[in-house]
Amino acid sequence: MAANMIKVGMADLNTCKSPDVLTTLGLGSCVGIILYDPITKVSGLAHVMLPDSTQIRNNSNVAKFADTAIDQLIKDMELLGAKRNRLVSKIAGGAQMFSFGSTNDLMRIGERNAVASKKKLDELRIRLLSEDIGENYGRTIEFYSETGDLLIKTIGKPPKTI
Amino acid sequence: MDNFDNIDSVQMDILKEIGNIGAGNATTALSQLINRRIDMGIPVVKVLEFKDLSEVLGGAENPIVGILLGLEGDISGMIMFVLEQSAAHILINMLMGKNIDNFEDFDEMDLSALKEIGNIISGAYLSSLSSLTSLRILATVPYMAIDMAGAILSVPAIEFGKVGDKALLIQTDFGGDRENVFGYFILIPDMPSYGIILRSLGIDT
Repeated sequence: MAANMIKVGMADLNTCKSPDVLTTLGLGSCVGIILYDPITKVSGLAHVMLPDSTQIRNNSNVAKFADTAIDQLIKDMELLGAKRNRLVSKIAGGAQMFSFGSTNDLMRIGERNAVASKKKLDELRIRLLSEDIGENYGRTIEFYSETGDLLIKTIGKPPKTI
Repeated sequence: MDNFDNIDSVQMDILKEIGNIGAGNATTALSQLINRRIDMGIPVVKVLEFKDLSEVLGGAENPIVGILLGLEGDISGMIMFVLEQSAAHILINMLMGKNIDNFEDFDEMDLSALKEIGNIISGAYLSSLSSLTSLRILATVPYMAIDMAGAILSVPAIEFGKVGDKALLIQTDFGGDRENVFGYFILIPDMPSYGIILRSLGIDT
């Protein structure tokens, strides 16, 4: 069976089964959160923009926030046969695209997204297998549900797998 | 007005007019800078879903240049001038009198000049907005990034994301004699500042 490449946009999430591939293009300060059940190979990817849904009045889109996106991803993956206690995770993104002074809260949004994602995973006791976060460049990520590999592509650097 | 999810046509027209005047001034500044005639297209105001935002500049992975300035004074927020790498390439060659084929061959000085172009034309945009509204609008120093469109546009998208599920984009194209250069201004006042701008023009919000 040929693998499909499933695109996940900004403030969006999706799930798949092996051998499909989940991808999100041009991650900047947003964070890509992968959840994966290594037994059933059910996989999920969320492209979150903001750390915390409770800080924002207009929070109808659950995929926009690290906290609510992870909850929704788990629900969707359970419907495909994943088991919550087997889930592991990988995260990428959270870059600071413009080099402002680091004191400005507005500008440290990438870092805050990454911290919030890790905190939520920790609360749910989902183990973080690997991460590629921070720095100042964009990333395109591809998650291969068959192998559990996360491929990261950036401009001007060789691709890497985490 | 709380966000752009249900913007009405009067507000849309006002924002379009702001874009028109701002970009007109910016185009004049750019034209003087490179000493060439530049034609400006009619600005297009787009209200886009986040997932469609990064597609406007040739796809999420397309390399673009973003020059960002913070807004201070009576309003706060940011303004971003974005252009495709190929357009940036043409601009630097024009300004620096070079004839470089490969974007990678530009040096620090060239990139610094590009940042200054962004600074000057964004400044022209803001000063016209300031005289139109009689508001005091100041800009911070410019910051520049060259990367994938999706990654650069995530910065304004996140600002819009704090208040709604859509982003507002004012697109302006510049045309030269021989080559076309396309640029976009993304004016991102924070939500209270939108109210301040509209009210200064006598529009109820």
